Amino acid sequence: MNHRMPITRRAALATFGVALAAPAIRPSFAQGAPIKVGVLHSLSGTMAISETALRDTVLMMVEAQNAKGGILGRRLEAVVVDPASNWPLFAEKARELLAVSRVDVTFGCWTSVSRKSVLPVFEELNGLLFYPVQYEGEEESRNIFYTGAAPNQQAIPAVEYLMSADGGSAKRIALLGTDYVYPRTTNRILRAFLISKGIPESDIMEEYTPFGHSDWQGIVSRVKRFAGEGKKTAIVSTINGDANVPFYRELGNQGIKAEDIPSVAFSVGEEELAGIDTRPLVGHLAAWNYFMSVDSPANTAFKTMWQAYIKNPRRVTNDPMEATLVGFQMWAQAVAQAGTTNVDAVRTAMYGQKVDAPCGYTLEMHRNHHLSKPVMIGEVQADGQFNIVWKTPGPIVAENWSPFIPENANRRRG
Amino acid sequence: MSATVSPLPASRARLGLRTGLLVALLLLAAMPVLNQLPTTHPLHVSDFLVSVTGKWICYAILALSLDLAWGYAGILSLGHGAFFALGGYAMGMHLMRLIGPRGVYGHPVLPDFMVFLGYRELPWYWLGFDHFAFAMLMVVLVPGVLALVLGWLAFRSRITGVYLSIITQAMTYALMLAFFRNDMGFGGNNGFTDFKELLGQPLNTSAARSGLFYASLIALAGAFLLCSRITASKYGRVLTAIRDGENRVRFLGYNTTHHKLFAFVLSAMLAGVAGALYVPQVGIINPGEFSPANSIEAVIWVAVGGRGTLVGAILGAFTVNGLKTWLTSAAPDLWLFVLGGLFVLVTLFLPKGLIGLLKGRGA
Amino acid sequence: MKNTLLAFLLLLAAALPARAQDAFVAALPGLAGNFNAQAEAVERLGALADPRAIPVLRALTDGRLLKRPDNTLVIREGTTTTDVLTGAATDAAGTEALRINNRVRVALRGALGRLQLVSPDPAERLAAAEAVFRTRSADNVPLLDAALARETVPRIRDRMAIALAASRLMASDPAAKLLGVEALGASASPEARAVLLEARAANPDILPQIEAAVAAIDRRLAVRRAAETFFQGLSLGSVLLLAALGLAVTFGVMGVINMAHGEFVMLGAYTTFIVQEACRGIPWLLPWSLPLSVPAAFLVAALCGAAMERGLIRHLYGRPLETLLMTFGVGMMIQQSVRLVFGAQNREVLSPPWMQGTLLLPFDIPVTQNRLWILAFSLVVLGLTVAAIRFTRFGLEMRAVTQKRAIASSMGIRTGRVDALTFAFGSGIAGIAGVALSQIDNVSPNLGTGYIIDSFLVVVFGGVGSLAGTLVGAFGLGLVNKILEPWAGAVLAKVFVLIAAMIFIQRRPRGLFAQKGRAAEA
Repeated sequence: MNHRMPITRRAALATFGVALAAPAIRPSFAQGAPIKVGVLHSLSGTMAISETALRDTVLMMVEAQNAKGGILGRRLEAVVVDPASNWPLFAEKARELLAVSRVDVTFGCWTSVSRKSVLPVFEELNGLLFYPVQYEGEEESRNIFYTGAAPNQQAIPAVEYLMSADGGSAKRIALLGTDYVYPRTTNRILRAFLISKGIPESDIMEEYTPFGHSDWQGIVSRVKRFAGEGKKTAIVSTINGDANVPFYRELGNQGIKAEDIPSVAFSVGEEELAGIDTRPLVGHLAAWNYFMSVDSPANTAFKTMWQAYIKNPRRVTNDPMEATLVGFQMWAQAVAQAGTTNVDAVRTAMYGQKVDAPCGYTLEMHRNHHLSKPVMIGEVQADGQFNIVWKTPGPIVAENWSPFIPENANRRRG
Repeated sequence: MSATVSPLPASRARLGLRTGLLVALLLLAAMPVLNQLPTTHPLHVSDFLVSVTGKWICYAILALSLDLAWGYAGILSLGHGAFFALGGYAMGMHLMRLIGPRGVYGHPVLPDFMVFLGYRELPWYWLGFDHFAFAMLMVVLVPGVLALVLGWLAFRSRITGVYLSIITQAMTYALMLAFFRNDMGFGGNNGFTDFKELLGQPLNTSAARSGLFYASLIALAGAFLLCSRITASKYGRVLTAIRDGENRVRFLGYNTTHHKLFAFVLSAMLAGVAGALYVPQVGIINPGEFSPANSIEAVIWVAVGGRGTLVGAILGAFTVNGLKTWLTSAAPDLWLFVLGGLFVLVTLFLPKGLIGLLKGRGA
Repeated sequence: MKNTLLAFLLLLAAALPARAQDAFVAALPGLAGNFNAQAEAVERLGALADPRAIPVLRALTDGRLLKRPDNTLVIREGTTTTDVLTGAATDAAGTEALRINNRVRVALRGALGRLQLVSPDPAERLAAAEAVFRTRSADNVPLLDAALARETVPRIRDRMAIALAASRLMASDPAAKLLGVEALGASASPEARAVLLEARAANPDILPQIEAAVAAIDRRLAVRRAAETFFQGLSLGSVLLLAALGLAVTFGVMGVINMAHGEFVMLGAYTTFIVQEACRGIPWLLPWSLPLSVPAAFLVAALCGAAMERGLIRHLYGRPLETLLMTFGVGMMIQQSVRLVFGAQNREVLSPPWMQGTLLLPFDIPVTQNRLWILAFSLVVLGLTVAAIRFTRFGLEMRAVTQKRAIASSMGIRTGRVDALTFAFGSGIAGIAGVALSQIDNVSPNLGTGYIIDSFLVVVFGGVGSLAGTLVGAFGLGLVNKILEPWAGAVLAKVFVLIAAMIFIQRRPRGLFAQKGRAAEA
């Protein structure tokens, strides 16, 4: 029942540093100060629901790396702070990590606004941030490595799938989202894409809700009505974490079956499904770059390691966790290659860095600070997992500056 | 409960507090100077401490404004965060306009978020914000007018106490929802970030940080002097009387509505100034600032410090925020217990707040 | 029942020519292929009218169809596995479950629909009629004609008639098409409307008739939509009512501002989760876990409430604003405790079967079952609350203490005990609200925060101290919100409602149902 037993142990780890754990692991470390790894994920407030798992992932990777003897013979030490889902506090904590704790690298942020809040701090103090969540693109900071998907690595392939014969040949699309920048931008890109595919404006519905929206009755019945206009309809959901449970419950209760109106979501993964009875939702889709159900040796190792670390054989993994893991491994390789934790040296070493990721492909970090990633479409199964029904033949290079946003043509380079 | 204080030691205690305040002010003023010392120097103050103290000073101004409304006029506003945020937004709009063509998309006028959300031209309510003076006017005017309208409606209907608190809370909540909407033209959830300069100074330099720090400190000192003057004046006494027995004061022939309205509007303007100074220092303004929990927290700073004392509000803001900064790093899983526990203990055992404790010592 | 089914199947099988049976065998390997091959094989099986296909297709739908390495198929039924061709029990070793996608699922629905139209089970026939309606193939016309002739259950007949009409629309014969249009136009079904709209492009010759039929349906639907919006408003109102009812007691009657109210609601939702997990061990109890949660959640929240009143709030009577700040601190601590104990992630609370799906009220007004139950539940809770206050000794004492504490005390009422009980009672109601909310919202540590402001507004809007006011306030705000939503959008609708409520309170500071007399003076 209590899946959070390890909390005391982790709290101890965080509070006392790895000093207590080190004798137990007993790898031989050469002389030298520990390499500090900042963890900037909300542990309280609205985003704790998503971000605590990422904090645990980083702590797991630090522990694992130390067991392997650290990097450059130096021990890793995690510095955990709680920015409490408060955006100005994110900036303050980022400054503290960089200026006071003097961390060598930071893994953190989930929402775009938190990243935008810390970005000037990382640029000013020349820090290094790994950002593990899919986002709207339109950004490329030399101090951030983006290990989540850009819109062309998630949204566009997913909509192409919906319009294909296998996806149900959708001719009419309802774009539902939470009212913030990621859905707005993604939907703007999708609208331009759909129009380029010959879908008229009148066949696109766009609707936004506040964060944590819990009353979906009206919107779901409007979607039903929209679907009742004689053309095959599909839902593209950019609904944010918290609002998904009530949304899917309403979808199930109003009897919207995936056979009739399939929906594809970009923010619903295994963690979100863990809070829902998925039986009425079988066949609804999600697009990610990783699913827990991927069959690859790296993924098996990842799942085993995670469930052992968290001491719960039923805990799931998800895409942002995989992105965190890939980012961590790349950073560790880059530090080893550069022979130093100096940010500029590590940044240079990051370009072209490759990792055999749990998603089953070898991913590469490009000069645009984004990863190449495969796109996968999964169907929700009755057990809360995804059945991968489609994937790209290989990793796709990120287009963080979308060609579907005309203003990108005027963008200032450099 | 706290010890009863006889008049003489109380005034001595007040004198002690004044001196303490002056010393604290001087210490604060010295911080950016000490920051210039080499990092190895024992008196060196880190960049981080300077920047975080600058933020606390803004919170202290907010607490001060709230104390004027709550501590003296008895208006418990649970929506002061909204005035703070509105002031912040006005400043944010100015900062956004100053980015000019240095944005990612190089548009000469439109801020980045408008460009990629497909705006063609600047909405009318953004006009004028490229002028510093206009923006500063809006910093006080927008919160002031909102407070005037809300206060006038509420005080005229003799809405007091809890009812007023709930209405102000609903106000900040409604504003939060509205500002979260991207169609409002305020950047939605992301709000404003990526500021470049203010008054010709690039913001990411230590000089700019010192400048903003001193501006905030001066604003705090000014606000404190203003509030002390007001509360010590005849008007201030009437205000306190209204707090303690509004009907009696009204029956004595005072127009309590006008008295309260003045205090409330002034308080909202001060909160707006605090917000305006806060935004360039933290580098972001977003609708989260409107969240009702933020406003409640601000009230708690005042309660922790001691309401109706002005000094207490400042002390409370520094104490609670200092603890928060320290604990969110030192005990990331447990800090909510410490802060929550502090609120409970203070309301139960220190009805006069930390200041009451200090004064008790003084006697 | 089972025997008749078997006899029927045997009869059907015996009647089939040998060639068709070979076709059944020939179609099977396709099921083990890729999604394209699967869909094709399913369609072939559906067209065969071979009863052996039914269990195979069902197994494929449910993920119980397995393939051996040599691509022969096996069906899993509980713990036993049987060979598809021989029907003999076999070993499950080395088999792998077949996966399908939505395209295969659509094909499966159509195929099973065709095969089950003549099933002896009425529920299967109804599902089949539905499936055939959605498949809409002219090939189904003779099948449906035959099935309709035999059908006796009126509800199934109606569905079959619509399905027949929709299938006729796909036929090449113009007379049949017109017949279909006419039948569809006589219904009040949005699905029928969708079929008609879809048919417009392919049938320009009968466009006027189609438009007329759509218009006829639209007239019937307009009423239905209004009813639907009304129900949605009531449903939102019932959620508000549940969330606010506890506050109406603690705030309205006692004057205590409890900012931890939302956390009590959250505790109620977590109690539901705990009761459900406890019931997992006892299978026959599991369907009852939700009803069992109601008293459990009441108790948990009431105990927490009583502890908080005795330990903390008691010391702050007469200082409502301090109480507000203190309870905010308590709320923070409760939230973080739950986060540390249960984790920050959502917890899954299952809906019992009787709370899933949509119910059709008279005139085909669709209402979702869970919301209907919550609506009824909120009214029951309100009724019980009113009864407890009006008709019990505790209620009498409670009213006596709130009206004139000193006199009540001198009459021998232990006012301290009554305070504790009243607060526990209000908190308990909040816990019950949590049980209901666990059915529509996230069970997460943040559950309560989303409801606290709305709840206060409802209580103040309705009139502090008046349960009738809370009732009217909750449903009023819910309805206005849902009426505004279609044209203002979800966010603005909520903002408008907030502003309207604020203005209203300023006009009538004592709310809709103002308490008369001194007791109302805050």
